[in-house]
Parts: sequence; C-alpha cells; structure tokens
Amino acid sequence: MRNAWIICRKELGSYFVSPVAYLLLTMFGLIFGFFFWNALGLFVIEGMQMQMRGQSFPMNVNEQIIRPLLSNVSVIGLFFIPMITMRLFAEEKRTGTIELLATSPIRDLEIIVGKWLAALILYSCLLLFTALNFAFLFKYGNPDWKPLAIGYLGLLLQAGAFLAIGTFLSTLTKNQIIAGATTFGVELLLFVIGWAGEYETAAWARVLSYLSVITHFESFGRGVLDSKDAVFYLTVIFLGLFFTARSMESLRWRS
Amino acid sequence: MIQAQALTKKYAHTVAVDQISFEVAKGQIVGFLGPNGAGKTTTMRMLTCFLPPSAGTATVAGFDVLEQPLEVKKRIGYLPETPPIYPEMETAEYLKFVGRLKGLSGADLQKRVDYACERCAVVDVKTKLLGKLSKGYRQRVGLAQAIIHNPDVLILDEPTAGLDPKQINETRDLIKSLAGDHTIILSTHILPEVEQTCEQVIIINKGKLVATDSVRNLQARARGAESVVVEIAGRNVNLEAGIVQHKLEQISGVSRVLSKGQEDGRAFFEVESHKGRFVRGDLARAVVESGWDLNELRPAAMSLEEVFLQLTASEAAADAEKKEEKQ
Repeated sequence: MRNAWIICRKELGSYFVSPVAYLLLTMFGLIFGFFFWNALGLFVIEGMQMQMRGQSFPMNVNEQIIRPLLSNVSVIGLFFIPMITMRLFAEEKRTGTIELLATSPIRDLEIIVGKWLAALILYSCLLLFTALNFAFLFKYGNPDWKPLAIGYLGLLLQAGAFLAIGTFLSTLTKNQIIAGATTFGVELLLFVIGWAGEYETAAWARVLSYLSVITHFESFGRGVLDSKDAVFYLTVIFLGLFFTARSMESLRWRS
Repeated sequence: MIQAQALTKKYAHTVAVDQISFEVAKGQIVGFLGPNGAGKTTTMRMLTCFLPPSAGTATVAGFDVLEQPLEVKKRIGYLPETPPIYPEMETAEYLKFVGRLKGLSGADLQKRVDYACERCAVVDVKTKLLGKLSKGYRQRVGLAQAIIHNPDVLILDEPTAGLDPKQINETRDLIKSLAGDHTIILSTHILPEVEQTCEQVIIINKGKLVATDSVRNLQARARGAESVVVEIAGRNVNLEAGIVQHKLEQISGVSRVLSKGQEDGRAFFEVESHKGRFVRGDLARAVVESGWDLNELRPAAMSLEEVFLQLTASEAAADAEKKEEKQ
C-alpha cells in the first residue's frame, strides 16, 4: 500500500496547492459557523424561557445542540463532496496524466484507494472546523463526548460512502462539471429516497428507506453505534471503489 | 529487447493495428513511422501496457505485456504525445513523484532526479511550476520523467511534435545521446527525423506493417539507378542551357537529363544513369573538357520521404490490383 500513499500524498498536494482546499474550508467554516451560532442562540433563548416560566425542564447540550448540528453537517456534506471528488479522475483523463499512472508499475486499486483516501482526508479537515466550534461547548458546558465521537464516526463513514460514489462517477467522464453534477444528483437522490418510508409501509418502501443514506445516520447522530448501519456504509464504500476499479479496467478495453 | 508477434488491436468497427510483428534489439533507436492515424500510438500503448492487445503478443525485456504488466512497466519509460504533467506541481517535485511511482526512494530517488534534470537540461526550471513552462521545457520534463528510473526501454510518442526548429534539434540530440543506455522506440510522421535519429525504421500504414529495415537499406532499396545533381557555370562565356543539356545526354550511361533552371550564368541539372552504371567521373570530365566550370556534383540521395511515399503507394497499388482481381 506504499503506492496508494504516494498517490494520496500527490492528491493532497493538488488540493492544498490549488485554492480548492482553502475555498472549501472557508465556505464550510462559514456555513457551519452560522449553523452553530443559530443552534446556540436557540438553546440560550429556550433556557431563559424555561427559567421565566419557572419550569425545570432538563436542558441537554448533546440532544439540543450537538445532535441537530451533526445532521446539519451530513446535509452540508452533500454539497461539498461532489466538489471534492469531481476532479479525481476526470481531470487526469482530460490532461492525459492518466497515461502516466496507468503505465507506472502500480495497481489500479492502489491508484483508486490513494485518491479516495486523499478525498476523505480533505473531508476530515472540514470536520475539524466543526470540532473547533464544539470545543466551546466543552469549555462552557458539560456535554458527553462519547455520542459526539460516534457522531463523527458516522459522518466519516457517510462521507466515505459518498466519496466512493463520487470517485466512481469521476472515472466515467473527462468533464469535471458532469462528474460533479451527477455525483450531486445521485447523492441527493440517495438522501431523499427514504422519505417514501414515511407514508408507505409496503416492502418496496422499506427497501427504499433502507437504501437511503440518511436513515442510517440517525443512530450515529443519537450517539448509538449500530453495527447494521456501519455495515451499510462500509458496503457502499466497498461497492463504490469496486465499480471504480471495473470502470478503470473498461477504460483500457474500450478507450 | 522488444518483440511483437501479430499484434492486433480492434475497436468496435475498425482495426487500428493489424497483425504487426517486429523485433527491436538492445540499444537501438527505432523510428516508428507512418502518417497520422496509422496506428503508431495504439501500438505504443499496447507495448506500454496501457491498452491490452485484441490478439497477438508482445514482450518487453522478456516479459509479456498481458501476463506480467507490472514487470514490463518497471522496465519502460513512456512519453505520451502530450507530456503527462501536473500543472500545479514544480518540476523537481513532479519528478520525485514519478520516481516514487516507479519504485525509487531515499537517496537513490534524489540522485536520479538530479541526473534526469541535468540530462534533459531542466535544471534551471527545477523550482518552477510546470503549468508555467514553455512547450519545449514541458517536453524535456516529459523526457526526464521517462528516464527517471533508468528503464531498459524508452517509448516516445512524437517527441518533437509542436516544438520550434531549435528545440527539435536539441530534443533529437538528447534522444541520440540516450541511445547507448536505453533501447528507444520513437514515433513520428516527420520523415527527416527518422533519417537523422534512427538506425532502424518500422513503417506502418493503415494499421499494417509496410516495411522494416535499416534506414540505409531502405534508401538503397528504393533507389535503383544513380541520380546526380550537377551545377555548371560558364567560364567568361554565356552558358546555353540547351547546348549543355545536349552535351550531357551524349555521355555514355546517362539515361535522362533534367534541366532544373538557370540563374546568373549557372545551370542546374539532374542526371540519371542507367541501372548499375556510374557516370560521375565521365560527367565531370565532359564538363571540364567543354570549358565550363563544374560548381557542384553530388549524388541525389533519395530521402526517406520518397521511399515512404513509394512504399505506401505501391501498397495502395497492390490493394487496387487485388480489388480488380476480385471483380
């Protein structure tokens, strides 16, 4: 896997030498910061109202701030992930550098894993911004860290799955816009597909609801590590990278 | 070093490369020659394991391109038509990356990067962004990338395309200087390039092998009779081209005299001899004895261009004949 690491380092270099990484970090930081500020403001108002009414309803930082914010992150990620993955293969195909990689003594799988890992690391850097905000909660409040850690694990797994899909779609075209737009479309569809389960209980609706990426995040958001959901994400990651490998192979046979 | 056996590549509706067989010995520079769309790039891509052949086999340094692609790739340096560079990387950084891809590391990697930079004359742009380099520099960085792991075989796809004449010369010299250590295949549709750089030529047209031989043999093969270029000047007299031509035609062994014009009292001719006759001596004597000056007398070497046209034309003629037979 030394070769995968070489590819990964090169991809990270491309992200952080060009403005791509900084642009994504800035936008993500601003957007999440705004969400955080809102959630905190709401929490404070609610707290004051409770006091004025003289009720002693238990306030919980984990339930009222962290959990909704984590779901927000999983939605914001939907917009950022296509921007991370769209260039991975499309750009190499357009500029012809794919020929360098394909004629070097490394395996296709090492190229794919390296690129996917670099994308995941960039996404983790985005998550670091959220951690900065959450750090304030620990300074002034007393939230439980365990549900937060499991929430982060869920976010990483979900992003890993989306990134694998994006990596696959990036191998299908030379055009970054097409790669990015299809990735966004597919991810959005996987996101909303579960809504069918809300009014329908037939088998097909349950299948759709199971396929939805969002339903599997709920347990992570609550701070519950459910192996069923973890397996779902790992399966999507595996399938995404598997299809990427097949797609790269077919490039050679068709070209 | 390289062997191709009935190498074939078929696409959905076309046959890009049709049963090409050739061999390249160690340390040779071989020119892969053909018009655009002849199948040069496809053949090279099969040799570099970028494309799998539809039929036939190829081995590089004893390893089969289908069975052991990783071993083949370790021994090949490849420069595609457009140098595969990342515009956001610096030259040295890029060469290091490629070196690592090819399995180099540590002090060895640094040494090879320095060597490749020096060899390809890109030392002065080591810390420049590749995206900002001129076409000539990019091409040289592409070459440096190909030799970074000291491969046995270098495969260069149109290494001089898009360069200016000075850069073309520099690149050719560079390729020639690399020949001792590496076996080189270079493709081109520019004929003089093959004449100047290569020892061996493989000519393909429409996916088929037309000829494979040494440059000298090919030229000799296409040239049956001798053909000489003559420049004659009158000494203190006005030269009458008609008289001179008549005189030349009378020399024994001369089959044809072509007048190539007249200028400032000088006349130019191209003289062809009968097969197997050498007329240069008689020709010189005849001119001098007539009181004229012989300014120039040289054999008109047939350029590969003519050889190439002749070979591809005869191929086309043979095809036409076959079609007629069928009808």
